[in-house]
Amino acid sequence: MLQVTDLRKTYPTGDEALKGVTTSVEGSETVAMIGPSGAGKSTFIRCVNRLTEPSGGEIYLDDTELTGLNDDALRAARRDIGMIFQEYNLVERLTVMENVLTGRLGYVSAWQAFRRSFPPEDIERAYEILDRVGLGEMENKRVDELSGGQRQRVGIARAVIQQPKILLVDEPTSSLDPETSNTVMRLLTDIAAEREVPVLINIHEVDLAIEHADRIVGLHDGELVFEGSPSELDQLGLDQVYRGAEVPENADDGQAPETTGDGDVLPDTDRPLAGET
Amino acid sequence: MAAGNRTWERPTVFRRREVKWAVYVGIVGFVLWSGVGVGADPARIAQGLGSAGSLVGDFLPPSATPRQAQRIADKMLESVAMAMVSTLTGIVLSVPIAFMAAENLSPKPLYAINRGFISISRAFNAIIVGIIAVKAIGFGPLAGILTITFKTVGFFSKLLAEDLEDIDMGSVNAVRASGASPIQTVLYGVVPQIIPRFAGLSVYRWDINIRTSTIIGIVGAGGIGSVLLTAFNRYDYQYVTAILLAIIAVVLVAEGVSAVVRRRYT
Ligand SMILES: Nc1ncnc2c1ncn2[C@@H]1O[C@H](COP(=O)(O)OP(=O)(O)O)[C@@H](O)[C@H]1O
Ligand SMILES: [Mg+2]
Repeated sequence: MLQVTDLRKTYPTGDEALKGVTTSVEGSETVAMIGPSGAGKSTFIRCVNRLTEPSGGEIYLDDTELTGLNDDALRAARRDIGMIFQEYNLVERLTVMENVLTGRLGYVSAWQAFRRSFPPEDIERAYEILDRVGLGEMENKRVDELSGGQRQRVGIARAVIQQPKILLVDEPTSSLDPETSNTVMRLLTDIAAEREVPVLINIHEVDLAIEHADRIVGLHDGELVFEGSPSELDQLGLDQVYRGAEVPENADDGQAPETTGDGDVLPDTDRPLAGET
Repeated sequence: MAAGNRTWERPTVFRRREVKWAVYVGIVGFVLWSGVGVGADPARIAQGLGSAGSLVGDFLPPSATPRQAQRIADKMLESVAMAMVSTLTGIVLSVPIAFMAAENLSPKPLYAINRGFISISRAFNAIIVGIIAVKAIGFGPLAGILTITFKTVGFFSKLLAEDLEDIDMGSVNAVRASGASPIQTVLYGVVPQIIPRFAGLSVYRWDINIRTSTIIGIVGAGGIGSVLLTAFNRYDYQYVTAILLAIIAVVLVAEGVSAVVRRRYT
């Protein structure tokens, strides 16, 4: 379980990207973090595994507090956090297999890593996961020969082979066409469910969030302005997340006025652009 | 719709046209002044061309006694060996310096120190470094090896550092994010991104080093250059031609090998 309390991040440029965000990801749920571009979604994820150093707050992954860890302990903790990125962030000149095995680097010595001599059970697992994500027989292809959808499948495999306690996913589909986006999202949430791994997923396409998430949290300008189930995300919630509407005093108990039918909560013209990041 | 009477001119880098013309006039003026300053008068140039013509006669045909031919072969071998050794040591030394001189991978002070070292290495021509090396450790190929190694480090670590600065940090961070140690991160995230350039640069530098090693002997730092100098001093021009042909042959072969290898591996 991931428990984040009062997370703050101010960049050296003075940008206050996170202004005290408290939330959690529990059990094996899929939580979607929505919000306009610049809301602080990426910063949030990067702070959790400290690719970016948080300026304040606490982050617990199970019983480990992450913000205070020294280098060695942080490295050990990172093995339990699988990350998937918008731009895939694979190493293009390495093979698919090498990219997947990168997820096991935390468990082998530098010399083993250099010789590419991973334990047989890692290799076995890599083959199984590649099969699962639909890349069987592709292990010796170089990543720069793959399509975007295939690359993100490698990205998923690399994160999953870590056998992480949580998956942190930053806009996994923003570089993909809508159809591929949907299959990749489906694959991701299915695999996470099979393995009972909780997922925190940044996404700005509200449809995808509603379709795939168990719970939705909304960020606006570094602040948490919505938290609830997909069915609770109504027009008011969307206004708060995307337009910065005031959060009403009784936000917790009051049923906000329903404006449109279920599912299609935003009129098309107001929907955040699919290509925007 | 009225025909427009607006005009448009491509903006110049000089901001204003007056500045542009001033710069052009300045450049032409400087070239003329330099020509007068070094005494480049047409009469002298003509005279020089004439004596150059008769000199060409003295240089032909190339010839070398068996002893001289042997000496060319020995010293040429020394040159090539010097180039080989210093390419290898130069590259080995360059790798850590390149990493420390890459702005995205190295802390600021370390970056500054290594960039400084690279600038010093690049500031001096091999001949000047050679003179200093000979003064420091005496005549012979060791001075040459030192010189060429030093020059290799300047060249190689600068270009490699620039390559390192261009790598995709996203994938490096992704490797780091999985819990990899710094060494593993370099092995999996950085090295694969620079390997092709590394191979190409190595061969290119080897080819440059072959050329340098054939001339550095002029200041006593080993190799065929010393033979060339002696031949010139004795006005043995046909021997000089023989040596020059040998140098040209070796350099051409090195350049050819370098071109083929680079085409294949990059
Ligand atoms: N490396 C950085 N340096 C300075 N400011 C940054 C940096 N990364 C992000 N920011 C700023 O932090 C805010 C949140 O950015 P980000 O977390 O990328 O938002 P999102 O992922 O929701 O689009 C933005 O205002 C952005 O300009
Ligand atoms: Mg983002």
